[in-house]
Amino acid sequence: MPIFPELRAATRVEGHHPWPRFVVDVASWRVAGGELAAGRWTLLGLWGEADSVHMAVLRGERDAIGVLSLPCADRRFPALGARHAPAIRLERAAQDLFGLVAEGLADARPWLDHGAWGVRAPLGPGEPAAEAAAPYPFLPAEGGALHQIAVGPVHAGIIEPGHFRFHADGETVVRLEERLGYTHKGTEALMQGADLARAARLAGRVSGDSTVACALAFARAVEAALGLAPPPRAVWLRALMAELERLANHLGDVGAVCNDASFAIMNAHCAVLRERVLRAASQGFGHRLMMDRVVPGGVAADLDAAGAAAITALVAAVRQRFPRLVELYDNTASLQDRVVGTGRLDPALARQFGCGGFVGRASGRDFDARRWPGYPPYDELRFTVPVREEGDVNARVWIRIAEIEASLGLIEQLLAGLPAGDVRAPAPHGAGTEGAALVEGFRGDILAWVRLAADGTIARCHLRDPSWFQWPVLEAAVDGNIVADFPLCNKSFNCAYSGHDL
Amino acid sequence: MRRTLLEGLLHRPLSEPPPAVDAAELEAVARAVGVAARARLGRSLSIREIDAGSCNGCELEIVALGNAFYDLERFGLRFVASPRHADVLLVTGPVTHNMRAALLRTWEATPDPKWVVAVGACAHDGGEFAGSYACERGVGAVLPVDLVIQGCPPTPLALLQGLLGLLALSSPP
Ligand code: SF4
Repeated sequence: MPIFPELRAATRVEGHHPWPRFVVDVASWRVAGGELAAGRWTLLGLWGEADSVHMAVLRGERDAIGVLSLPCADRRFPALGARHAPAIRLERAAQDLFGLVAEGLADARPWLDHGAWGVRAPLGPGEPAAEAAAPYPFLPAEGGALHQIAVGPVHAGIIEPGHFRFHADGETVVRLEERLGYTHKGTEALMQGADLARAARLAGRVSGDSTVACALAFARAVEAALGLAPPPRAVWLRALMAELERLANHLGDVGAVCNDASFAIMNAHCAVLRERVLRAASQGFGHRLMMDRVVPGGVAADLDAAGAAAITALVAAVRQRFPRLVELYDNTASLQDRVVGTGRLDPALARQFGCGGFVGRASGRDFDARRWPGYPPYDELRFTVPVREEGDVNARVWIRIAEIEASLGLIEQLLAGLPAGDVRAPAPHGAGTEGAALVEGFRGDILAWVRLAADGTIARCHLRDPSWFQWPVLEAAVDGNIVADFPLCNKSFNCAYSGHDL
Repeated sequence: MRRTLLEGLLHRPLSEPPPAVDAAELEAVARAVGVAARARLGRSLSIREIDAGSCNGCELEIVALGNAFYDLERFGLRFVASPRHADVLLVTGPVTHNMRAALLRTWEATPDPKWVVAVGACAHDGGEFAGSYACERGVGAVLPVDLVIQGCPPTPLALLQGLLGLLALSSPP
């Protein structure tokens, strides 16, 4: 039986690993749109190229993954977003970057292109653009006493830039609309033609808080394309770095969510623990965020005995301090009053958008790329994937708390079972093949897709941050909450700006 | 709660001794900071952070300045919510074209005297993003920069060193 029996006219592309890629016609593209709209498939990503558009899909809960490609010689393709909302922003981005036209897309506004690049469709035809940018029309909200609140892109706190447009009825949010793209750096254009070392550095700077996970997704996609297996020690060290990254971010988030409910003591204590994680990471791998440590073929920094001892001491310190903070969180009535029932994300919406990470798992979506499709060394490790149903700020905090505990357990297993040997395999030169990878960052699953040129450089690379499928549902989760609870809701989602804007 | 608070009172603070300030760096700052400003500001600086398209790595380390180990506020340095309250603009990222206007408007909203500190390799010269259709080559391409704090991202210690240098030179002797 074919992997995707729904697709009748599909030609499998040779040299795409580990999942199949099919070139399809317009009719099959529409069939895929129907499967997505019916909820039988989940959209994992959608990205453009000069003369085609691709989507990655998950069939069923965890049946199969595939990439579908639609050649669009006349630069047009039928919009999935017309029937499947999660595709809308991805299609708007493909229009902006490649000059493709998503036919039938109700929302024709640009997304990443703010009219400031001086060029239109920079990865497509690249025509010079007129100087003045047109004003961005926000979606309207109508009603007697509504008022608008415009926030950003420069925010009051030390966070990334984005614009939030609220329509409020007194204290209550009637509509929130996000406008993103402020941190768009043209990363995918810089990737094209880059050698593997430079492209890995760029992948590690897609989102600084997920530098390990992004670099790992990129490296795994390249390795899939090259048929390259990194040495076992490197595989384990990568997982160790990834879990340290998850630990640091979750600790920071738990504190920051409480801080946005004006409960500063949790933030102070969590920030101390987070700092200890970064110091241990620096001792172990020579960089606090472990940037540029994961590279195609392995890792660029080995762990010595002193580094391992620092990480062991860290685990002990967190195990000693963190349970008491959890108790404090759970027993402080004024804090619970703010987080319970706030910013509820409907499980149906989480499923429809394929929300990854704590956003999805706090709303009943039981998906973790470490477990399925899975990648080494997680098949040799024991860990639980927490899932809750409530979907509120509180549930997203509890998922993080459970994941902190799971990561501590994983770090202990990784240190105990760390294989000896080399940490890097030389990448064979050039192949002209393609690879994809799905890696679980702290926010959720990151999709990486690469096509290598014959000379071994990057012909095309796309990195899809988990936030693409989390930002849109934040708008829904905030609906009906009070404006003053927005920071709390936003922090509990902690979506990436840079990772999204690329 | 009570136990956590009590322990906080009884334990030695985690804050580390202030780092030594780099002499060469000081000299660079010295050229930028006038005597008039020293008299006006006293021993404190208000800082407004602006992410002009960073990868957020720099933000993580700037936020870390507030934790108990670095405890920025003990030096009279504090982050403020509005550029209208700021003496220093701490800018990260290569300055994306999409953030250029917002950065300029924030700078214009900041009262004189003001200083611009470029934080990180990106803010210095565009870093890995130099040459992109979507980016400037660092903050210097848009604003007059008084101090560059290098690193990708700079460690909290490096950030502290740079800011203390600025503080030393903007205070009355
Ligand atoms: S200097 Fe490094 S850490 Fe800072 S924004 Fe640039 S890439 Fe990110």
